[in-house]
Amino acid sequence: MTEKTYRRPTAGDHPPNLSPDYKSTPLRAPSQAAVVLPHSLSEITGPLLHGERLDANENDLTRQRMGEPLGERIIVHGRVLDEDGKAIPDALVEIWQCNAAGRYHHPGDQHDAPIDPNFYGGGRARADGEGHYRFVTIKPGAYPWKNHHNAWRPAHIHFSLFGPAFATRLITQMYFPNDPLLAFDPIYNSVPAGARERLQAAFDMATTQPEWALAYRFDIVLRGRNATPME
Amino acid sequence: MALGLTPSQTIGPFYFGTLIKAYRCELAPAGVPGERVDVVLELHDAQGAVVPDGLFELWQANSHGRYNHPDDRRNLPLDSGFEGFGRASTWTDGCARFHTIKPGRVPWPEGGLQAPHINVSIFARGLLNRVATRLYFEGDPALGEDPVLKRIEAARRNTLIAKKETDGTWRLPIHLGGPKETVFFDI
Ligand SMILES: [Fe+3]
Repeated sequence: MTEKTYRRPTAGDHPPNLSPDYKSTPLRAPSQAAVVLPHSLSEITGPLLHGERLDANENDLTRQRMGEPLGERIIVHGRVLDEDGKAIPDALVEIWQCNAAGRYHHPGDQHDAPIDPNFYGGGRARADGEGHYRFVTIKPGAYPWKNHHNAWRPAHIHFSLFGPAFATRLITQMYFPNDPLLAFDPIYNSVPAGARERLQAAFDMATTQPEWALAYRFDIVLRGRNATPME
Repeated sequence: MALGLTPSQTIGPFYFGTLIKAYRCELAPAGVPGERVDVVLELHDAQGAVVPDGLFELWQANSHGRYNHPDDRRNLPLDSGFEGFGRASTWTDGCARFHTIKPGRVPWPEGGLQAPHINVSIFARGLLNRVATRLYFEGDPALGEDPVLKRIEAARRNTLIAKKETDGTWRLPIHLGGPKETVFFDI
């Protein structure tokens, strides 16, 4: 009856929770092996949030305040797909990021860089029937963190996706190509080589708009279903 | 041709602004049938310290045991106003409180029914992947026959079982590590 289970990630797809170069992990990573659960209705269903109402401009982070934020305007778009390349339609995509100076609009961010009153840094978009989503925003700055001496996060945008099931939930980060800080970042490098490169968006000249904004493409691939077993 | 999965990354400390738009502490508005339950989840690190920057997400069936999802095709009622999704960050005390209804029982693929449970996702700075667990209700007569609890060594089952306090609150401490480490699931 619950034949539509989801494929398991392979060993090299995700970072290990214990990644000691990222210094917050040792106290927060579970040490016991997770108990493997067959997929029941509890795992193959999940919140779709199709009823969540999005305001105008939630996907345009440059038009959420009185004026235009400072920084380099960019288009970030892509598709939400499963491992078989099938679109996940109508997916809710949530993002958050710091401003062009590298400062989050968040009380916990004490970095000595200016807050931009015209940039809040949060956005949501609904993918269309082919899984295509699109944001307009500004390129986030790098910011320091206290993980180690001279630690700087490469520019990144946080992404949150639900997919079709509890089993497909994903929170991740999108990075920019050719960022020299990627080589030094323990969070990016916690993902095994061969998979971490998927977190880099591709510069997209075809979508770049003359006299207006550079474009980056970031496709997101969530777990696909197992083939339906023979009955 | 299989595409490579997009790898997971930590939620980090600064998610609050966006995700609050979909916060739901109140899962079941007035009129939704079922036994009302107040659920408090606590989040602790491996040394027992509270985690004040974590995020919980809840996913549950309604009181009839039906999930509000197209892949649950059973002929059971859906309750208007009840989606089954909850989301809130922890407060400075490491806790988040939800108001919901006790879910009904849902089937197990190999037959039989699971005990009433709420599926829980946990995100935090320092957690590179979402970790998943479940909340069960102490004293429920179905606990002894739950196929998921049976897969767990007896000494650790209680890490999933919320206890009812004198004020009626169901409380479940979740420990990411240490001697009281919660059972997490590879789903
Ligand atoms: Fe960040």
